Amino acid sequence: MAFGNSGLPSFLTTKLDAAIGWARKYSIFQYPFVTACCGMEYMATACSHYDVDRFGAGLPRFSPRQADVLFVVGTVSHKIAPVLRRIYDQMCDPKWVVAFGVCTCTGGFYDNYATVMGIDTILPVDVYIPGCPPRPETVLDGLIKLQEKIQHQRQEIA
Amino acid sequence: MSSTPPSSPLDKLGAVSQSELLPEVLTLLESQFSGKVLSVCVNLGDWEASVAKGSVPEIMRFLRDDKRTDFKMLADLSAVDGLKMGLVPRFYVVYHLYSIKLKHRLRVKTNVSEEDPAVPSLVDVWPIANWFEREVWDMFGIRFTGHPDLKRILMYEGFQGHPLRKDYPVNYRQPLIGPRN
Ligand code: SF4
Repeated sequence: MAFGNSGLPSFLTTKLDAAIGWARKYSIFQYPFVTACCGMEYMATACSHYDVDRFGAGLPRFSPRQADVLFVVGTVSHKIAPVLRRIYDQMCDPKWVVAFGVCTCTGGFYDNYATVMGIDTILPVDVYIPGCPPRPETVLDGLIKLQEKIQHQRQEIA
Repeated sequence: MSSTPPSSPLDKLGAVSQSELLPEVLTLLESQFSGKVLSVCVNLGDWEASVAKGSVPEIMRFLRDDKRTDFKMLADLSAVDGLKMGLVPRFYVVYHLYSIKLKHRLRVKTNVSEEDPAVPSLVDVWPIANWFEREVWDMFGIRFTGHPDLKRILMYEGFQGHPLRKDYPVNYRQPLIGPRN
């Protein structure tokens, strides 16, 4: 080790991690995977009253290859599940997933033949936003939690 | 049963089948297709006719084309599984008709047995029946003979069974990906 025990490398990587985390958390490009009623609340959050752009998440991308946060908004049925999984797989790292609404968190009240009982059975989920549908304040709270998570995680640079 | 007809069919709760109380459409239907129309009544204010399965297309064509009935619109087509109600035969298919010009509605029912769950298709009469019939096939497993492309419409290819049948297990899941049941 060229630096010996000076602690410089870990100091540098910590600062770098913090800087990259800061940049990443304020430049969230979301992919809204909107399938049901929660979509209305997603739109309410995105519009000027609540304005997700204040959090640097104002530009939804409709290509998974340009997005880093997958917002799964609305009921996911078994029929659409392979599509959702494929979109997740197409996103480049680093990527995060937000389960928006109780349908995506647990299946909600749809305990039936058609509905996936929570998207965490098919994808890793970072933030769960409960509510049917969640109020915009709840969504913003979830977004802030996601930003905290992005800030404090180890930043992989591929 | 009062001797004067009620001013509105809705005033009267329960089924009415005395011919003097029936609307013209139902009496017309009964006289036109005696033997094929099994019963007619006014049930909770709604006109209702029960018909034999085999004559469904013929009767529907008449209902659509005759000036006095003029049911140009098939508003809905669905089915009922009477397993838990002890119905024999088990299913019935329900057609909801509406006349845009005369603003009246009619419900037509036909019985379908479990052993031979097949009804003549109405795609030739109302093209909208195409998707309705596919839905009934998907959910109840009732076939429509003469349908041009009878395949599932809501569930995916490879789905086993028909989920709205009352003997479909309520907890049974058939995920395409992800954990099995
Ligand atoms: S959580 Fe409620 S509002 Fe959201 S998709 Fe499900 S049913 Fe609709």
